[in-house]
Amino acid sequence: MSTEALRIVWIYPDLLSTYGDRGNMLILARRAADRGIPAETYEVRSDQRMPHTADIYLIGGGEDGPQALAAQRLLADGGLHQAVAQGAAVLSICAGYQLLGHSFFAKGAKCAGLGLLDISSDRGETRAVGELRGEIDPRLGLPALTGFENHGGRTHLGAHAAPLARVTAGIGNDGQTEGAWAGKILGTYSHGPALARNPAIADLLLRWATGADRLAPLDDTWADRLRSERLAAASPA
Amino acid sequence: MVTGETEHTNSPVTTVPDVRKARTGENTVHTVILTVWQRDVTLESGTLAGVTDGMPLIAKVATSVSKTAAALSRAAGRGDGSVIGGWIGLKIDPDLLTHLAAGRAVALVSGTNGKTTTTRLTAAAVGVLGRVATNSFGANMPTGHTSALAKEGHTPFAVLEVDEHYLAQVIDQTRPKVVALLNLSRDQLDRAKEVAMMAQLWKTALAGHPEIRVVANSDDPMVVWAASGSRQITWFSAGQRWLDDSFVCPESGHPIERQQGDWWCTGCPLRRPRPQWIVEDEGVIDPRGDWHLVKLQLPGRVNIGNAATALAVAAEFGVRPIEALPRLSRVASIAGRYAQVDRDGRNIRLLLAKNPASWLEAFDMADQAPTLLSINARDPDGLDTSWLYDVDFSPLRDRPVLITGDRAYDLAVRLQVNQVQFRHVQTFDEALRSVPPGRLEVIANYTAFQDIRAELDRVN
Repeated sequence: MSTEALRIVWIYPDLLSTYGDRGNMLILARRAADRGIPAETYEVRSDQRMPHTADIYLIGGGEDGPQALAAQRLLADGGLHQAVAQGAAVLSICAGYQLLGHSFFAKGAKCAGLGLLDISSDRGETRAVGELRGEIDPRLGLPALTGFENHGGRTHLGAHAAPLARVTAGIGNDGQTEGAWAGKILGTYSHGPALARNPAIADLLLRWATGADRLAPLDDTWADRLRSERLAAASPA
Repeated sequence: MVTGETEHTNSPVTTVPDVRKARTGENTVHTVILTVWQRDVTLESGTLAGVTDGMPLIAKVATSVSKTAAALSRAAGRGDGSVIGGWIGLKIDPDLLTHLAAGRAVALVSGTNGKTTTTRLTAAAVGVLGRVATNSFGANMPTGHTSALAKEGHTPFAVLEVDEHYLAQVIDQTRPKVVALLNLSRDQLDRAKEVAMMAQLWKTALAGHPEIRVVANSDDPMVVWAASGSRQITWFSAGQRWLDDSFVCPESGHPIERQQGDWWCTGCPLRRPRPQWIVEDEGVIDPRGDWHLVKLQLPGRVNIGNAATALAVAAEFGVRPIEALPRLSRVASIAGRYAQVDRDGRNIRLLLAKNPASWLEAFDMADQAPTLLSINARDPDGLDTSWLYDVDFSPLRDRPVLITGDRAYDLAVRLQVNQVQFRHVQTFDEALRSVPPGRLEVIANYTAFQDIRAELDRVN
């Protein structure tokens, strides 16, 4: 890894890549490149050591079995913990979001999570499938969250994690709040390529990783049209 | 419209197949049919000799009503009758499919991709021996099978495309001689079962039927594992372009290694079996080692693989490749797929792409010509467009690209990430006017494809 370029790691694409999760890595790399920020992307498989020196880590969605396996391997590896301790930014999605917490349920059993976010997850009575919309924590200064959710879990936040958003359509964590954040760690049930509809979150990660207060604006005409369409399509909670 | 009459092949699993769809249709149409069929049972019963000989009375009545309903549906312009007839027939006699399949040599074709095309090619190949009943319009659940068999009357053979979710049920009901397993990959993730779970369902279904000859793709680890409990297996190698759903062994959970077409599990004995039918260049090698040139009107290497599968299935019925090949070469399009239409000096070719694997195949088939992409996310398509990021669109950088459809904006953002230039058009006519005379490739997902096909007078 070179020392200057922004380093983006996609964690375990062999286990957690069910819903176009690659998109978040591609979008971050594109938005960096369009601004002339050199960026390198790394796909780290579950049989490889997790590097601790990258700037942004992405962890995506998956089914129960791979989710449990990913949590075990990340706990045993320790690389992600070290990276977070050194100030790396993390975007976690769906199953990846759950496993950053203290515990989650997979295949009917309670599994130990990484404890990087003060959350714990269990099973809801119904599966949450459909458009998700929320007003993001004002402290983050971002426009509304839009996404598609597809999960059976419900997530409860502890005192050391703040909701990423207040739900205005869909379920998210529990029908009231959606996702969580603490430090430079973000988690959301807006699954798969969440950054496609939320380029401002991509830029937040890039700002965290580069330390820049602001980034050069990009032409987001198409992303804005997509956002307007999907925000309007989400029926109120 | 009567949604039960559409051809979509990927409906969610419900405990009573297709009933939900039929219920969402206009009740008035059903009422008309239900009124008329009571009269037509007697009208048609005289013509049923030979079709329903030996069937219980209720099955005879159900067959007659089913055919009448399908004919009415077609006459009313509500659809091709491929679902509604079977739905009503099964309402009257839940065992109707079993009754209709009895006495026929049946082949079932299932998999995530290529099943409609492979079914058509297989029916053409088996047709060497005699008449074949087949669900050629892609209605691939038990209602569609029932309609297809009722409509064709008595045939010695049947070749049926089967939705992956229904394979176990249809095996039990039709007692097939051969089951062809093509591939398994992600499809419609907002509701589909996990790929490994689907493979497990197949494995269990086949384990209970050792009498069935399984014809299976040796290149797909999920398929090989699903077939591995069977007693009689013929392996074909049709390639696997989409690898992302078989990195992990379904047996041991260990990684699967790949090298130059071969694959093996790093933690258990599961590995690629040696295939008896192999695609090589523009042809197929048969189990005796003879190479046959496969000349198709259908584009792409994928379809040579589908032809290899058809030849392997037909061989189980005693058809030799040399007999089948001329019939395969006459298949030009399948329910609009690969169809070519000339309009205003443009030669429009329709390619259906339903999931990441089939998008990659479509790019492989398409010429380097102006290309229209159309995406919807209606119920039959799956409501979730995240799969767009599982597809690499960069092969399109070298050609003019137009986009349309309900979810064109999702596509626009995706193409930007891939640095593919594009233009958004509102209508199919606008797309036609935007390209010079010559070939226009159209690649669309399920309902978007049907919308464009409707613009082209429902070309077949």
